[in-house]
Amino acid sequence: MDKDLKMFSIGDLAEFLNVSQKTIRRHINSGKIESKKVGGVHRIPIHSVRKFLNPNESILENDFDRDINMDNKTSQSFPFQNKVPDGPMEQKWSNHKRNINLVSPANKRLIDVIVVGTGLAGASASATLAELGYNVKSFCFQDSSRRAHSIAAQGGINAAKNYQGDGDSVYRLFYDTVKGGDYRSREANVHRLAEVSTNIIDQCVAQGVPFARDYGGLLDNRSFGGVLVSRTFYAKGQTGQQLLLGAYSAMNRQVNRGKIKMYTRHEMLELVIVDGKARGIIARNLVSGKLERHAAHAVVIASGGYGNVFFLSTNAMGSNVTAAWKIHKKGAYFANPCFTQIHPTCIPVSGENQSKLTLMSESLRNDGRIWVPKNKTDVKKIIEKKLKPTDIKEEDRDYYLERRYPAFGNLVPRDVASRAAKERCDAGYGVNKTGEAVYLDFYSAIIRYGKEQAHTKGLDENNKELIEKLGKEIIKQKYGNLFEMYEKITDENPYETPMMIYPAVHYTMGGVWVDYNLMTTIPGCYAIGEANFSDHGANRLGASALMQGLADGYFVLPYTIGDYLSSDIRTGKISTDLPEFEVAEKEAFDKLNYFIQNKGSKPVDYFHKKLGRIMWNKCGMSRNKDELLEAISEIKKLKEDFYKNVFVPGELFDFNEELAKAGRVADFLELGELFAKDALEREESCGGHFREEHQTKEGEALRDDENYNFVSAWQFKENSEPMLHKEILKFESVKLKSRSYK
Amino acid sequence: MKLNLKIWRQKNNKSKGMIHDYVLDGVEEDMSFLEMLDYLNNKLLNEGKEPVAFDHDCREGICGSCSLFINGVAHGPEKGTTTCQLHMRKFKDGETVYVEPFRAKAFPVIKDLIVDRSSFDRIQQAGAYISVNTSGNTQDANSIPIPKQNADEAFNAATCIGCGACVASCKNSSAMLFTSAKVSQFSLLPQGQVERESRVLNMVNQMDLEGFGACTNTGACEAQCPKGISVKNIARMNREYIMANVKK
Repeated sequence: MDKDLKMFSIGDLAEFLNVSQKTIRRHINSGKIESKKVGGVHRIPIHSVRKFLNPNESILENDFDRDINMDNKTSQSFPFQNKVPDGPMEQKWSNHKRNINLVSPANKRLIDVIVVGTGLAGASASATLAELGYNVKSFCFQDSSRRAHSIAAQGGINAAKNYQGDGDSVYRLFYDTVKGGDYRSREANVHRLAEVSTNIIDQCVAQGVPFARDYGGLLDNRSFGGVLVSRTFYAKGQTGQQLLLGAYSAMNRQVNRGKIKMYTRHEMLELVIVDGKARGIIARNLVSGKLERHAAHAVVIASGGYGNVFFLSTNAMGSNVTAAWKIHKKGAYFANPCFTQIHPTCIPVSGENQSKLTLMSESLRNDGRIWVPKNKTDVKKIIEKKLKPTDIKEEDRDYYLERRYPAFGNLVPRDVASRAAKERCDAGYGVNKTGEAVYLDFYSAIIRYGKEQAHTKGLDENNKELIEKLGKEIIKQKYGNLFEMYEKITDENPYETPMMIYPAVHYTMGGVWVDYNLMTTIPGCYAIGEANFSDHGANRLGASALMQGLADGYFVLPYTIGDYLSSDIRTGKISTDLPEFEVAEKEAFDKLNYFIQNKGSKPVDYFHKKLGRIMWNKCGMSRNKDELLEAISEIKKLKEDFYKNVFVPGELFDFNEELAKAGRVADFLELGELFAKDALEREESCGGHFREEHQTKEGEALRDDENYNFVSAWQFKENSEPMLHKEILKFESVKLKSRSYK
Repeated sequence: MKLNLKIWRQKNNKSKGMIHDYVLDGVEEDMSFLEMLDYLNNKLLNEGKEPVAFDHDCREGICGSCSLFINGVAHGPEKGTTTCQLHMRKFKDGETVYVEPFRAKAFPVIKDLIVDRSSFDRIQQAGAYISVNTSGNTQDANSIPIPKQNADEAFNAATCIGCGACVASCKNSSAMLFTSAKVSQFSLLPQGQVERESRVLNMVNQMDLEGFGACTNTGACEAQCPKGISVKNIARMNREYIMANVKK
């Protein structure tokens, strides 16, 4: 055919000119490029693009303004667009959905998507993508997709339903989340999250999730930290379990239809990139130990957070950073690694052999009051067991959160509550033998509820015994399973004596950098849920993790991924025989084989525990320059020691948990270093990141919006230091101001 | 404290397994049962030996990964407790403790104390869902009020963690408690009514295909269930099953 008569499709032309399809569409809409519609599809004659070409057919940049130059939302130095749509905040998401490309139902059948992880984000994404018609391959390292760690979330899920009529709205949820995140999240992403929050509740109820209800049969709500409304939906202290089982059931329906192929006891070890696009993964079958190649048109990482870099955390034993770290090493930027949430209400550490920490839901702070004794003499007597906490008189107790933050009291955000506990314990008021515990006391609530009940039932409101009994029943209804769990672990009865709690690592706000479409800096590779960075800024509010996981999986990714996959409808099956798969498989094999061949003497946990101690002591609740520098050099040394002396028994092609653990710890060691570097680089205090050098006279965090109002996105460099890119944050709807809960 | 451990070791599902003896000194009361096994494994690794393989993940009693038959009881002696939340203060110094995998035809051993419970997933895949697509237009969550009692009962059934203790403690290796918990949850809710009959038929059918035994109403499942799932659910499933068959 004569070249001059050739007609391009948008996709072909975009590829020919090496620009995005969106750019081409914009030029068509503005009339700069002529196009005819043939059968509903744009067809572009070559002559209409001639004017943009040099004689050698390369593009004339000045005449053909690409999207990247048009976009003033990202800083000049940030090499990727965040793709936040134009227009007013409340219309961005609906406009975006209207404008992005779709894949027809017939073509979806031709497209495969890999989803790594089956927590709330992964399970909901797998189910929805399969419902839409894509062929989904789902991976999890657990023996069943139902066991992902979302299952352990206790307290609840936020949604701007305003069922309580207490003035809640999408804007308020959006505002609370941005403020709670200490103004370090991307505004447009957060607004979208608040918008879809209401759909999540509708969807889950339709799936048969048994949320708590009141006596009228309608949904009940409770309040969580950092907000002034009741917008949290819950199912006793097992909300995560019920939501995950809901998503699991949606997945099961698609497994039954043959649209999801489930790979349990499989761990992703490498990402495969073909022609610059994510096209598959190398996974290890944890039962046989065999390495497997899996191809797809897009890869979604939903592998959760990296809290286990601290060894002791509330994460599950198997939770790891490997999938996220592997894509980072293949080109995905890693954002804000130092933003870690230390949860204020966990059961304190009891001994050297402890393997993990247990969270007591934040919902307990609705009714529990946090205190330590006012006098050190009382503290001493308590530790020596000469006094019981219930012996301490009201006036000798320091309800320090109520004292310092009268407006929010015990319901201040998590970072604030954690630091306040640390402050009291560091000052010598900790109430257990390690000096690292404070009280969470339910007595006032028991009396309050008891009186209420007695009043309703017409019983004697002055009978102390009766009031206590009635009150305890209400507390049991609300928090029964949490109280039982506490008693099992500590052997103390929290109905009779206050709980002891202390902060512990719980959640990581940082994660893989993604644009508005949740795509990483690798085309075709997405990150959702806790694995990405975008919604919680420097601190996450309670009951927002479940919301974000399900929002990403049910309502965001399934739409935005179509925009990318629409250019893949003619690609056809990806072959796993491509050389790129062979190289990636060899990389994975070599890494594992190194550990098997290594003739070391120390078990993997030895190194993991050491890393955890460095992280907790030097990159924990408060950080300073000297200790961060020490942490970096200590981690470097530990890494050398690890590769020299780690001992992994057994074989590679066999069930071998130590080998799996070795691979994960190797990645934690690398992440730990970047974590410390990021914390060192960020010379301000914000949210969960508290730099001792940057605080007010009263010890509150001092943020620096002039110099640090950006997302730190780190690029991996083989054999050299990582490179920092800054995505400047623009706040259009919310005014930046200092966060006060006083 | 010091324990005499007798632990089932088995290389894989093709080889034969046997009980191995380990004497473990220095066990602390505050350790969980799994931390005690970690401690044993650390000792084995330091001696250059292969550690004991066991399933575990959340260690908060909710993921359902951990299993273990401890002294002949699923999840050990403490009622309403998963192995990960069982603490060593419940054992005596010098005690002999037998640790075996959950045993059932439908739970083949993978290695040591790890068994394959994917049969549970397949029962769920056969019908444990409400067919509703994800969309922003499902009806408002409060448009169908559900009596609190039904919602609470559905919730109680839904708290099953799928650990398999019911199967392991049943002399018939029956999965009736597990299957009925899910059937109950959905049959108690208005959302579950549409597929009520097909669900119970498909799930029971799959349960039988997997090789689980029948129920003879001994109640061992409820007694050893770490989440206290009631055998009333089995009665409810039997009713649902008969009704569905009649209507078929």
